[in-house]
Amino acid sequence: MDYQTHISVQNLNVHYGNQQVLKNITLNIPDRKITAIIGPSGCGKTTLLKSFNRLIDSVEGVKVSGQVLVDDENILDPKTEVTHIRKKMGLLLQKPYPLPMSIYDNVAYGPRIHGMKDKKRLDEIVERFLKKASLWDEVKERLSQPASMLSVGQQQRLCLARGLAVEPEIILGDEPTSALDPQSSQRIEHAFIELKQDYTIVIVTHILRQARRMADYVVFLYLGELIEHGPAWDIFNNPKQALTREYIKGLIS
Amino acid sequence: MERRNIEEKIFKGLMLISTVVILSSLILILLTVLVKGFPYLSLAMVTQVPQGGYYLGKGGGILNAIVGSMYLAGGATFLAILFSLPVALYLNVYSKSDSKFVSACRFAFDVLCGVPSIVYGAFGFTIMIFFGMRASLLGGIIAIAMLIMPMMIRSMDEVIRLVPRELMDASYALGANRWETALKVVARQSLPGILTSILIAFGRGIGDAAAVIFTAGFTDAIPTSLLRPVATLPLAIFFQLGVPIPEVQGRAYASALILTILILIISLAARLLSKKLTRHVVK
Amino acid sequence: MKPLKVPMSARRVKDILASKIMLLFTLAALALIFLMVAGLYLKSKPILASQPLGELFFSSRWRPFRGEFGFLSFIMGTVWVTGVAVLIAVPLCLLTSIYLSEYAHSRIREWVKPLIDILAGIPSVVFGVWGMLVIVPFIKDVVAPFAGTFSTGYSVLAGGIVLAIMIFPVIIHVSLEIFRAVPQEIREASLAVGATRWQTIKHVVMRKALPGVAAAVVLGISRAFGETMAVLMVVGNVAKIPHSVLDPAYPLPALIANNYGEMLSIPLYDSALMLAALILLLVILVFNTLSKIILIRVQRSIR
Repeated sequence: MDYQTHISVQNLNVHYGNQQVLKNITLNIPDRKITAIIGPSGCGKTTLLKSFNRLIDSVEGVKVSGQVLVDDENILDPKTEVTHIRKKMGLLLQKPYPLPMSIYDNVAYGPRIHGMKDKKRLDEIVERFLKKASLWDEVKERLSQPASMLSVGQQQRLCLARGLAVEPEIILGDEPTSALDPQSSQRIEHAFIELKQDYTIVIVTHILRQARRMADYVVFLYLGELIEHGPAWDIFNNPKQALTREYIKGLIS
Repeated sequence: MERRNIEEKIFKGLMLISTVVILSSLILILLTVLVKGFPYLSLAMVTQVPQGGYYLGKGGGILNAIVGSMYLAGGATFLAILFSLPVALYLNVYSKSDSKFVSACRFAFDVLCGVPSIVYGAFGFTIMIFFGMRASLLGGIIAIAMLIMPMMIRSMDEVIRLVPRELMDASYALGANRWETALKVVARQSLPGILTSILIAFGRGIGDAAAVIFTAGFTDAIPTSLLRPVATLPLAIFFQLGVPIPEVQGRAYASALILTILILIISLAARLLSKKLTRHVVK
Repeated sequence: MKPLKVPMSARRVKDILASKIMLLFTLAALALIFLMVAGLYLKSKPILASQPLGELFFSSRWRPFRGEFGFLSFIMGTVWVTGVAVLIAVPLCLLTSIYLSEYAHSRIREWVKPLIDILAGIPSVVFGVWGMLVIVPFIKDVVAPFAGTFSTGYSVLAGGIVLAIMIFPVIIHVSLEIFRAVPQEIREASLAVGATRWQTIKHVVMRKALPGVAAAVVLGISRAFGETMAVLMVVGNVAKIPHSVLDPAYPLPALIANNYGEMLSIPLYDSALMLAALILLLVILVFNTLSKIILIRVQRSIR
């Protein structure tokens, strides 16, 4: 299989104070595929994900070196405007965090921030992306209700719709199903598989079966080091590194 | 019985007594003010300004002081919000979380919270002299605003601090910048708490006397401009008490009752507000 | 591999502008401390220049008309009243905090806390009214005859009792927080070796919490130190060094509040009052800083 690179990470190092959480990571993330970052907890998965949209900037005492290229642009360059990068990437967190406003306003939040004022087009956008996140039928009657009144599973799909509404190229998911019940998780997984036609998707997960079900490409991190990365089939069926083998067998976690 | 058990019994008894003493001091205060003030309470008290000879026991009321206190505390609260909200947002949104600068600011504001109101009054007075101002509504507003600002900053700060980091991240991830996040997400999420902080500060403003004694003056009229002197409820109580005529002293007790009721209503409202208004708040 | 070159958008400008303005506000709010110290210092310079410090602080001769300003009686008045208040408040508050933290059911605790908050919210002038109505007659008619002397009731004791009630909320609030911060495991470890609850409190909880309790007391002292209206109304305001709790006193804050009317008509008088305010401010800044530092240390060591 041939992959086109969408995100290219080169010699990425991240320190929190004196602690190094990511050690010299170099890898390419393929375009319009689902990439799963796996590894035991505390291995730096989330840090890697958050360095893609520079959310790690807001952590006190963080030091980042190296490069992350998206469409050949180095997003870690201090001159780059962060909001511009972030618009390119949607983010789903472990727990859904709807914004403190109505369902409609949640989805419209991003487009409005980026200058959309036309009420009609906003209506269209809200409908289109709620449909894309397969939430429309459940909420179309009560768009003006507070988002906090939705169930957790619905909230997560709302967050997906909200992320899609800024029309990103990339979707980042930080264990996006870990707070959900099995049915809601399944819905999110399905949504992801459909979305990969148009988007590059990167998810962090500690559930190996989920990675097997969804991923086209797998990145295995261990204690901040990149142990192995490659097409999902290769990693799961023919891992080259002993550590990967042990992790996949469930010997280390 | 073992000695250690007897000791425990004794101390437990003492603890219960202490708790009862402390709580009954509150009840005693409220009861005293109610019993002493209620007989003198009348409609005229809250609807009229002092008539001629009011301080000799003739007719009138303390509307001047009630309205004056509202004006003064309202203005001061407004002025304090203008400073407090940006500061509290700045500490939580613009600064990196828990940086040295933020801890230093919190420390300083905590220390400022402990400065007594008489000092704010004295300092307010020196400012007024510096600008050639006379005791006036504006002077009182400035002194009270300085008094309640540190408290307001710290209580808003504590409320805003509770906004989950992830909620802010969710907004950033959509490409919102810090200003948009602060205004549309953080402020909205912590709105009930912010309103509670404002109300509590307003209550403090109404009840304070020492900061306004130099700065606000006193008058029997309701002020018509910021540069006129203004009466306040606490000082009205104080001055009426100083008159050795039973009728006037009785009205002082009634005024104290009015002030106490006002304060209780405000603190009750603050409590209710923080429970209601949570429609949009994300838990 | 070029950096994204996006022109400064209006949004970005707004963000940066907001950031700068908010920083300015923060710095301005912080500057209040320095402005107050500087402002009051400037105002008290004339009196500091006209009289040696020793005379200002250690003389009790207070004759503004003759230009004699000795603060000793007022300083001693403040110390006496604050001391009595602390002596009354500390044991009561400690016992209450221990009871609420260690013995009381959580439902009782949740009931008592708002009541303490209400006590904290009562305006000081109302405390003063209550003191005049209840405490002053009580001292005049019961305490003084019992002690075999005469008192008008307006005394150090009256001021101390009213002040004690006013600082209850401060001390209880802080020490309760400290007691609750002591980890449950430490209590369990002590109970597990057969200690009674009281022994556990005495030897384990108190030991952990002691510095925090000290901080709570210091905070209470500094609150009492600056309280004005309530004390002024019950303490008698006689400019003499008190020798017993039944004597009247004249604390510093009362001095400032009582003389605002005359202060501009007598030379140096306003300067002397501003010096009194400066003394209050400095003492309280030191006390509060001290207590804050202890509290931060304690919270770190408990965790």
